[in-house]
Amino acid sequence: MTSTIQPAGTAATEPRLNRFSRTRRPAATDQLKPAHWSVKLAVIVVCFLWIVPAFGALVTSFRNESDANSTGWWTVLNPANWGGFTLSNYGDAITKAGLGQAFINSLAIALPATFIPILIAAFAAYAFTFMQFPLRDTMFVVIVSLLIVPNFVAMVPLLKVYGNIGIGGTFLSVWLFHIGFGMSLAIYLFRNYMATLPREVIESAKIDGASHYATFYRLILPMSTPVLASFAIFQFLWVWNDLLVALVFIGPGENAPMTVAVKNNLIGQQGQGWNIVAAGGILTMIVPIIVFLALQRFFVRGLTAGSVKG
Amino acid sequence: MVIKLINTLLTVVAGVGAALVLYWILNKLAELLPGRWEDRLKPFFYILPAVGAICLYVLYPGIQTIVYSFANDQSTQFVGLQNYSKLLSSNGFQQTLLTTLVWIIVAPLAAVLIGLFVATLVDRLSPRGEKTAKTIIFFPLAISAVGAGTLWRLVYAYAPPGQPQIGIQNAIVTALGFDPVAWLSIRTFYLNTLLLIVMFLWLQVGFSMVLLSSAIKGVPTDTVEAGRVDGASERQIFRRIVIPQIMPTVVTVYVTVLIGVMKLFDVVYVMTNGNFQTNVLATEFFNQLFTNFNNGYAAAIVVILMIAIIPVMIF
Repeated sequence: MTSTIQPAGTAATEPRLNRFSRTRRPAATDQLKPAHWSVKLAVIVVCFLWIVPAFGALVTSFRNESDANSTGWWTVLNPANWGGFTLSNYGDAITKAGLGQAFINSLAIALPATFIPILIAAFAAYAFTFMQFPLRDTMFVVIVSLLIVPNFVAMVPLLKVYGNIGIGGTFLSVWLFHIGFGMSLAIYLFRNYMATLPREVIESAKIDGASHYATFYRLILPMSTPVLASFAIFQFLWVWNDLLVALVFIGPGENAPMTVAVKNNLIGQQGQGWNIVAAGGILTMIVPIIVFLALQRFFVRGLTAGSVKG
Repeated sequence: MVIKLINTLLTVVAGVGAALVLYWILNKLAELLPGRWEDRLKPFFYILPAVGAICLYVLYPGIQTIVYSFANDQSTQFVGLQNYSKLLSSNGFQQTLLTTLVWIIVAPLAAVLIGLFVATLVDRLSPRGEKTAKTIIFFPLAISAVGAGTLWRLVYAYAPPGQPQIGIQNAIVTALGFDPVAWLSIRTFYLNTLLLIVMFLWLQVGFSMVLLSSAIKGVPTDTVEAGRVDGASERQIFRRIVIPQIMPTVVTVYVTVLIGVMKLFDVVYVMTNGNFQTNVLATEFFNQLFTNFNNGYAAAIVVILMIAIIPVMIF
């Protein structure tokens, strides 16, 4: 192994890694020399393309109104134009465009819709994993295949039902909707995870006389924390970023979440300055970006199943 | 505002608490039953709330939607297949189907190819470089299409010739000496839809990259080494050895993005509201439901979409 030309940081760990995983290829171990300059250049170009839209909006959100609406954001790359930066766009977006209120609404929608389904789905997943009953596997397959049913399948009838029982436009209507449509994903993720837990633990609990309820509550639930976290993050981001469900069941007004408020009060309004629209956009992204960066590894786990979620 | 926040937290606590109490009661109920019946019925008690929620919110409304698709705009009277025949014969809806088809053909394929390209590239970097590049390409996955819309409007913005351009794409075009272009209203060759697909890819490629990248790392070194010993070029190794082994992941990614594209709503709604021939099935559904207040058409569109998704689902 020519570890001498490896970057200093990895040289120490790599031979050890290799000894244990001959057939698997840890990152860059088969790369005996540093990546070719063309590869590096290509990656830099791709990353640059990915950053430009975000960077442009970030810069615009700090520019004053006349600058933002008369010149492109890239003019600030010239330090001579650094005079017009301001924080007032964020203040305006929060107060005048109502995003402060909408922020609270988004939290009010997303938190219950994230946490309430977890326990319900975990109980069901426990039954699907550790209990025997007729039609168990058939029911599980049906639940999993419902994962990809688009959520607007349910909207026309539910709008009617909500109207009849008088909960249209309330938080309750969206909570219930997201709980119902999050259930398939949750059961699927939880069951797959619980199936990997060591059977001996459950068997010995049974021998010691533990009931199913106690086994679930004392053993399975604590052992499943990683997958519960994965689902919680996924569901939270999903609900926070959702536009359609909020538009259909809540709509604009005092209960509107961030996505609806930004679309209706900023993007959809003629004559809103680029600076305020950009600030509003950045405000919608702050929470998801923080959640994502802090909990990235949990997020990836739920990704395959979650991205087909209706 | 504070009251709303307190209410939210109370709802979370009360909701989770209520679920716990519910299961405790269900469990006690099961234990009251005589021995054999307890074991027989307990599993059903455990899955009952979850399955109930799915039936109430997915199955029942789904079936109801099919029924409504044969009824009039207020769902008060059955009209047979009229909704379908009127929809399918209207020019507007045919255009919507064509635009959706453009999405279906271009977007999943592009997401797989770009994801594969990026995954192959970052695999050759140092671990730190790889992690940084992946985070940059992955982060849009966490943000909403509305947020992304505020970003991308600054890319596609248009001002008449002579005025300063705010959108970077037009700034580049005018700097090269051409006239600025109103990107999102150009329907020739579906240019505006293709530009929306570019935005969609910006949001989505992180997903395909992460999955494909872990598949590429899972390719056994021996097979690659063997190819190298036999004198295969890097390109041959990639095409003949790596690609066949990651094919299952490629298919998964393709199908996943395909399903996502079929029910795509927010990118189009935020950027063009379905104008200029960018309308897709989901935005048309929303228009029928909230602009035309026609439950029958809206339900029929959902059924058409479901019929399109079912083959993918079975696959």
